[in-house]
Amino acid sequence: MRVAELTVAALLMALSGYFMFHATVLPIGWQEGAGPGGGAFPFWLSLIMLLTAGGIFLRHFAEALADRGSRRPFITRAALRDVLIVVLSLLAAIALIHVVGAYVAIPLFLLFYLRVMGNCGWRLTATLTLVTPVVVFLFFEVALKILLPKGITEPLFIPLYALLF
Amino acid sequence: MEVLQHLADGFAISLLPLNLGVLILGVTVGLFIGAMPGLGSVNGVAILLPITFLVPPASAIIFLAAIYYGAMYGGAISSILLGIPGASTAVATTFDGRPLAQKGQAGLALIAAAVGSFVGGTVSVLLFTLFAAPLADVALAFGPAEEFALVLLAFTTFLALGGDDVLKTVTMIVLGLVLSTVGLDLISGQPRLIFGDLPGFYSGISFLVLAIGLYGIGEILWTIEQTRHKPQVMPAHIRFADLVAGFRALKASLTAMASGSLLGYFVGMLPAAGATPASLMAYGVAKSTSRKPELFGKGAVEGVVAPETANNAASTGSLLPMLTLGIPGSPTTALLLGGMVMWGLMPGPMLFIEQPEFVWGLISSLYTANVFAVVINLALIPLFVWSLRMPLPVLCALVLVLCIVGGYTPNQKMHDVWLIAAFGMAGYVLRKLDYPLAPLVLALVLGPLMEKSLRQALIAAQGDVTTFIERPISATFVAIALLLFLLPLIRKLRHLPLFKRSPTSSRSSA
Repeated sequence: MRVAELTVAALLMALSGYFMFHATVLPIGWQEGAGPGGGAFPFWLSLIMLLTAGGIFLRHFAEALADRGSRRPFITRAALRDVLIVVLSLLAAIALIHVVGAYVAIPLFLLFYLRVMGNCGWRLTATLTLVTPVVVFLFFEVALKILLPKGITEPLFIPLYALLF
Repeated sequence: MEVLQHLADGFAISLLPLNLGVLILGVTVGLFIGAMPGLGSVNGVAILLPITFLVPPASAIIFLAAIYYGAMYGGAISSILLGIPGASTAVATTFDGRPLAQKGQAGLALIAAAVGSFVGGTVSVLLFTLFAAPLADVALAFGPAEEFALVLLAFTTFLALGGDDVLKTVTMIVLGLVLSTVGLDLISGQPRLIFGDLPGFYSGISFLVLAIGLYGIGEILWTIEQTRHKPQVMPAHIRFADLVAGFRALKASLTAMASGSLLGYFVGMLPAAGATPASLMAYGVAKSTSRKPELFGKGAVEGVVAPETANNAASTGSLLPMLTLGIPGSPTTALLLGGMVMWGLMPGPMLFIEQPEFVWGLISSLYTANVFAVVINLALIPLFVWSLRMPLPVLCALVLVLCIVGGYTPNQKMHDVWLIAAFGMAGYVLRKLDYPLAPLVLALVLGPLMEKSLRQALIAAQGDVTTFIERPISATFVAIALLLFLLPLIRKLRHLPLFKRSPTSSRSSA
């Protein structure tokens, strides 16, 4: 818990420093006749963030030195495993959308998630894996006319478009 | 009675077949979302906002408001049947709802919750109708200085009333404000904070991307970690006799309903407070004013009625500042505000003049939503009991898919989907370390208004900062904001040994 607190506070400090660095691209001071410059608002707010995050860091650092504060682990090992699997499979699914498109990536994600992570039965898994992309297609592409990315599977949809539009 | 005329015009719009249809659909969906542990109104609105592009803006807002309402009713269902709150707003409902269910009176508890919600919703909508137009009239006189002071005031309520760590709250507010400046500077038109010229950042960070990340993916990660065991669903049968017994028991809860409605409405208006603290406060008040306080916690009907009345009243209360001032009273209304801005309906006093049919259509739809929510709630209870048995992985998987697809559709950029995943993970970690997320979302939504009003006010006053304290309304806001800002400090000072009178020192001084 203490390590996590310190890490997050340090990351937030780094982030605010990064924001300040980028904000200085535009003027951060008073512009004659135009009021505060475009970089002023983000710059000075990032400075406040640097100070508050720094305060959080110092507080937890002092706690760690005095050996106080919560010794409870940030997350249990079993929970971490579950959360990591979900995060990684989600990131993999998003990456796959770039390559093979949403209509292959989403069923693959559902198949993996429901079967491996959720221990669902084959019948439930198969039903959801097959029905979800169809519903998504009908709702977004047919009703809303929003095309989802399809990657290399694009040619497969051309006859379908010819039929529908 | 000008209000009645407006309201009648509003009903003419909200009762159109399309609007009535989306309202019924929204209430039903909201009930399910509220009933699902781990999903509340804010998650439902965040995840489903992208799919409302199917209908015109006015109908979309009616749909989202109906989800908001339905979720407030639905939260009680899993509080009573599972003993875990279906939404954070229904925490207080578990205190007496669960004991009632264990005594085999789940039906009675569900009826009490539904009727309490209905009373709270209706009383607060009546108050809303009375206050909305006058408040909008006052707000018409607001210039940039007042707008800035008001936003400042909204943020300071988080420090005084949010109950979270002050440094962490300030960090989250400021982070949200800085994230809101990403993209093109609204006054000079130059790009800023685009992180090494990533083209995806030129259009800024949409509130939807942050909301879907935090409340969609982040919430699912949180739920996966928290619910690692399966709670038991209590059986519930509603017979006619239960209904009669329910209404009879409610007569004893009239005071609880009255205090819950008023408390909920006014607490709900504050950006930092909202439905969860309102329901907890209403529970406390009901307990202290009850004739049988010893029954509380063991299955008192009043203990179910009071929080449910309050959380529904609070959801209406939080709509009031959003619609009239453009300052949302809760994270959910912050999302509604973001959605309205996206559709070109700028909330604030001008909306009442420029789009009266929309405003009154929305207000009148709240009346209708209440009626449908209570009817659908009671009629579909067997269905809710069944749906609570749905395996959690199915829910999680479908919500994650909706987050990906829903995050892509508004701008059709994969950039947004990656950002959603990043915000989801960051939000999960921040939440685990007790960083409050509501101020972050509110700050991102209010950031552009805050920066614009600050710069306009300063330009108009030629750089004279005293403009914020020279104008009387603005000065009042700044003064209250300052007070709220200092409140946590004062509280801390009182705990210092210097200000504590120890028994020995008081004796020596005497």
